[in-house]
Amino acid sequence: MNKFLKVILSGVLILLWSGVVYGQDVTRAQIKGLDEQVQDIKGDVIAIAAELNLLEEKLLYPSHTQISIFLSLVEGEKFRLDSVEILVDGEAVTHHLYTFKELEALQMGGVQRIYTGNIQTGEHAVQVSFSGLTKGGNAFERSESFKVKKDVGPSIVEITLDRQGITFKNR
Amino acid sequence: MQRLVIFLISLCLLASSAMAVSTTAPKELQDLYFGETLYYAFQEEWFDAITRLDTELMQHHGLDQPELDSLFPHIGLAEFAVGDFELAYRMHQRAGRAITAVINGNVAEEVRNEALFRLARIYFQKTQPINALHALERIEGSVPEAIRADLDFLRAHVLMANSRFDEAATILAGLKNVKSLEGFASYNLGIALLWGGQEEEGLNQLDLTGQTVSKNSMTLAIKDKSNLILGDRLLGEGNFDQAKEVLDRVRLEGPFSNRALLGSGWADISVERFDRALVPWSLLLQREVTDPAVQEALLAVPYAYGKLGIYSKAALLYGSALQMFGEETDKLSASIKSIREGEFLRALSREELKQDANWVVKLRELPETPETYYLLELMASHDFQESLKNYLDLKQLLKKLERWRGDLEAYEEIIEKRRAYYQPLLPEIDNRFRLLDSQMRLRLEQKDLIEQRLQNMLISPRPDYLATAEERIGREQIVRLEQSLRADGAEISPVIATRIKCLHGVLDWNIQTDYDRRLTEAHKNLQALNYHVEQLRQQYDSFVRIRQAATQSYQGYDQSILRQRNRITESQKQVKQLMARQGHLLEVMAVAELSKRRERLEGFQVKARFAMADSYDRATRDQEQKRVEE
Repeated sequence: MNKFLKVILSGVLILLWSGVVYGQDVTRAQIKGLDEQVQDIKGDVIAIAAELNLLEEKLLYPSHTQISIFLSLVEGEKFRLDSVEILVDGEAVTHHLYTFKELEALQMGGVQRIYTGNIQTGEHAVQVSFSGLTKGGNAFERSESFKVKKDVGPSIVEITLDRQGITFKNR
Repeated sequence: MQRLVIFLISLCLLASSAMAVSTTAPKELQDLYFGETLYYAFQEEWFDAITRLDTELMQHHGLDQPELDSLFPHIGLAEFAVGDFELAYRMHQRAGRAITAVINGNVAEEVRNEALFRLARIYFQKTQPINALHALERIEGSVPEAIRADLDFLRAHVLMANSRFDEAATILAGLKNVKSLEGFASYNLGIALLWGGQEEEGLNQLDLTGQTVSKNSMTLAIKDKSNLILGDRLLGEGNFDQAKEVLDRVRLEGPFSNRALLGSGWADISVERFDRALVPWSLLLQREVTDPAVQEALLAVPYAYGKLGIYSKAALLYGSALQMFGEETDKLSASIKSIREGEFLRALSREELKQDANWVVKLRELPETPETYYLLELMASHDFQESLKNYLDLKQLLKKLERWRGDLEAYEEIIEKRRAYYQPLLPEIDNRFRLLDSQMRLRLEQKDLIEQRLQNMLISPRPDYLATAEERIGREQIVRLEQSLRADGAEISPVIATRIKCLHGVLDWNIQTDYDRRLTEAHKNLQALNYHVEQLRQQYDSFVRIRQAATQSYQGYDQSILRQRNRITESQKQVKQLMARQGHLLEVMAVAELSKRRERLEGFQVKARFAMADSYDRATRDQEQKRVEE
């Protein structure tokens, strides 16, 4: 049982049985009406965001040059990931420092799109380095290199980290 | 009071987000983009999570063969997740629609039942208990193990909200032994029985809940609440001793402590144990003065002293209470003024506060926000929380819209730069391309012809086709020689004719006997040529794509950008309007709350003034009486 669900249910029940009025100017109907309008505008802005994402992708990362690198942790990994650096053809393209929330999201099975960029068709060298702390508090670093073959379509690269090393998959 | 508020606020804040964490990552993730939406959702970045998942689902449903898409194995979960995220982002209407779509889809019984459970929960949260009940009544067959207790608990609440207390009580009775609901099931059972008219059973149940032994902070809080409600009830019924016993069970450090201490004192007063009432009330006097129970105790303590006949002490305490009420009334007036000047909304929007889980409490510590001293209780209320979250969400939307407007300008600049770079280059490139294109087509036609010939030669051999250049030149020389010898109708001497024949024969011999080797060689050369032709084609295709991309990099965006800009402008206008209305609503709620508290204090001031005067009179009379007696 979700421990907060039981409280929120009780709270709603109290609401249902109380005719709360906040001064003569505010009624629950007003609060509800405004809430519905806020929901509508959220929907509108989400639609704009979705279209802008597509526009951005088309404009900045056309499919014939696009490369996206996704990063995840092996299931059950509990080490503290501090940072990840990625080099494409020897050039640093991204360096990410992890917040607690981001790390938690990765540990829960989320996948981070750590880099989106443009490269030419053909073979490219990708070097991935990461640093972290073991459960015991020991600092460690890992680094590995892989080859990415860029074809006509967008290139999707999956990187999975665990304490022992890095797994690479060219999708 | 502060503890109560922190507790309630924490629950409200956590409960809203807790709704969404029911979505978990699949065991084997096939679609990285779906994984990305989860990455945002697990960080409670609902806007980004919904936007990305919406796009993913839209693209998936637009495919001719969605079963080949990597999202296909997760489509059920994704449909669920989008509803979940929308619910967490307080878009209940859309969440309801998303979940309804799952219910009406071709899904397994357990999935459908879980969707109905979620739908019922949305209805219930949006205070639509009848709709919630209808959704629950549609649940048939097996229910996932993980939600069984939740479902029963929700069903009980929905039944209570629909005044079907007996049925709710039956369900809650069955949940009493569920560990995760320890305290909550029995407390709600007590309430259901009370509301259903079974007073005695209800009070007994609350009494039992009030004696729960647990180390869980939530269970201890609900235990305190049971004791408080039971104690208040017993006080109202005149069972003062029993009421005191029950109220004294409430923890001194718990969120309901102040109200319990106040009630405990009144229980003593009711049976004229004035000196004993001073024990809990004196404790209260050391606590935060903005708490309503503490403020009441400021009047109650001198009242008890008065009843004990210590009028001078009572008069002094009334005096200090009066001073305190005056200070607090001023503070409230200043707060109301500050709210009307917009300070409250500015304080609520401070970014650094939101980084802290206890930001509402931290807010209190800011010198420029005196209003929050009295608003903690209001701020913990559901309506205020929802309104505040809406206000903050709108603020976030406005920021996004402003940023996107800037992004569009940057895109336009990029497009212009690309246009300026490509436009002068492309005509020359196109001319050269056309030239090369015609040459290439010619060579390809030639290659096709050769290929065709070689193919035919496999069926009907043509050795002459494979004569070398030397042999062709040689044959031509012989023919020319022959022609020159026959010029002017002259006869060729037999010796020369024989020699010419010999030369023809040698050439034919070589061509005929070497034919097989030459044919094989020709095929090998053709294969090598095909390889180069393929390379050429790839380069050609690549060029065509790049050429196309060059045009596409600056053409065809104008309409799209214009449309987006118009939509952004329109949305900005709407968001600003809604923000103003939502902000006003919050301010009105806050001012109403503060005014209510100020009126209460003003009432206390009047009582304190009269009581102080009365106490002084009595004290004076007392002293005169003593003097007369002396």
